[in-house]
Amino acid sequence: MYLAMFVVLATAISGTLVGSRSGLTVPRHYFISVFEWFGELGLFCLRLFRACLSPPYEFREFLRLCDEIGSKSLPLIALAGAATGVVMSLQMRDSLVRFGAKSFLPAVIVFSLVKESGPIITGLMVSGRVGAGIGAQLGSMRVTEQIDAMEASAIDPFKFLIATRVLACIVMLPLLTLASDFCGILTGWIANTLTEPVSLRLFLDNGFKNMLFSDFIPPTLKTMVFGFIIGIIACFQGMRTQGGTEGVGRSATSSVVLSSLFVVLADVVLVRLIITVWTY
Amino acid sequence: MNDEKHPAIAVQGLRKAFGDQRVLNGITFQVAQGETVAVIGRSGGGKSVLLKLLIRLQLPDSGSIRIADREVTKLDDTHLNEVRKKIGFLFQQAALYDSLTVEENVTFPLSRHSKMSAQEQGKRVRQLLSEVGMDQDRGKWPSQISGGMQKRVGLARALALDPEILLFDEPTAGLDPITAEEIGKLIADLKRKHQVSAIVVTHDVHGASAYSDRMVLLHNGNIKAEGSFEALKHSKDEFVSQFFGYGLR
Repeated sequence: MYLAMFVVLATAISGTLVGSRSGLTVPRHYFISVFEWFGELGLFCLRLFRACLSPPYEFREFLRLCDEIGSKSLPLIALAGAATGVVMSLQMRDSLVRFGAKSFLPAVIVFSLVKESGPIITGLMVSGRVGAGIGAQLGSMRVTEQIDAMEASAIDPFKFLIATRVLACIVMLPLLTLASDFCGILTGWIANTLTEPVSLRLFLDNGFKNMLFSDFIPPTLKTMVFGFIIGIIACFQGMRTQGGTEGVGRSATSSVVLSSLFVVLADVVLVRLIITVWTY
Repeated sequence: MNDEKHPAIAVQGLRKAFGDQRVLNGITFQVAQGETVAVIGRSGGGKSVLLKLLIRLQLPDSGSIRIADREVTKLDDTHLNEVRKKIGFLFQQAALYDSLTVEENVTFPLSRHSKMSAQEQGKRVRQLLSEVGMDQDRGKWPSQISGGMQKRVGLARALALDPEILLFDEPTAGLDPITAEEIGKLIADLKRKHQVSAIVVTHDVHGASAYSDRMVLLHNGNIKAEGSFEALKHSKDEFVSQFFGYGLR
């Protein structure tokens, strides 16, 4: 209930859902626009599912987009994961030394990265890079009538443009998360060993000693939901672009803002869900 | 291929409004098999909207559109796409896919709808590009060619599936007079070679007189006048004579 209220308020305040209507002077319009937006998003999802399930399938475009979204995001994700690993090592070391728990440092780094930092950082970085790209690209295609041209040629843009992008996001997010986790753990060890030399093997042994598959699989797979959110929101915002280059800019911005917001909110729900399901 | 019994396009009582603004106010007209009709009128008079309604890129508020004897407004997606395959559409700004080269743009509909091998598709694309005088530029990106060249490529793409009907949205808008005349000649050549039915939305009354069999003048969402170029040019109606007077200056 609180979550739903927060979503409605946050999206209304962000002002990115409502196209040309602006100003908080007409809150009723905002609320109507917000509910319209959710309704249209629901219909968009239904059309997407239908496009995903019926042939023909656009495998070549899907693979091209996996490369575009996956391989080309890899350097950014690796760097973000590596930076997180270093920062975590430096911050945690100081805190754990105070509590006399320095030996837990590898486990703290590994658990933090694998269970939360890796997935959420990957989600947010991809929503920034890929979300903006998809929103701007589809927006530009919409205002230059390229999407109309596709429909006029009897080609379903939902199959060629939307389904391929959303599926590529869903498939690539867990793989990028693994890369982020790997780089974070590696640089966490490097930062640690520069202060107090420890072998990589010992660091990994200590880090993974108490880790179960249930600690690793659900947080990594939850990024598929992040991928779905990023793909669907960026495509949705791009497809409803209006008003020339200004509209394209608005779509790119709103794609990033909304996909980041919904990734964070989904994380809250998914963490609760994972804890509930795996505890009982 | 064409059934002589029914018109290529039949529009009956077509209405479309955007909010309070009425764009089309119940218009009725027909395009016969092999006929080219020029739709003329003032800017913002609903001419481009009419084309988009014909191919159902937008839905009308009411009225009937029959293409190839099928009611377009009531078709499901599968059957609508069957009708769309019979129609070639040249957009006002050509609407080329900017992530594909000239050659790939023309291949795009073929690769999805035709049963040709890749080799046959290549041959067909080269033939189409040659027909519009763009065979030397097939490896270029849309951003590397001029507006007139983009329209030529758009035309080749519109012809890719060998359509029975062609819809042109302002084919000469924004072009210099020489390029506009070349595009006009191209439309006339296509009409002669392919025997297609066509609707050409344009402001260029003089240019349209060279290739159209009939003209339809839209004004305030209604058909103000309809007939041959000569008949409309000598119309007694003040608006029609004013429009043709300006158009021919």
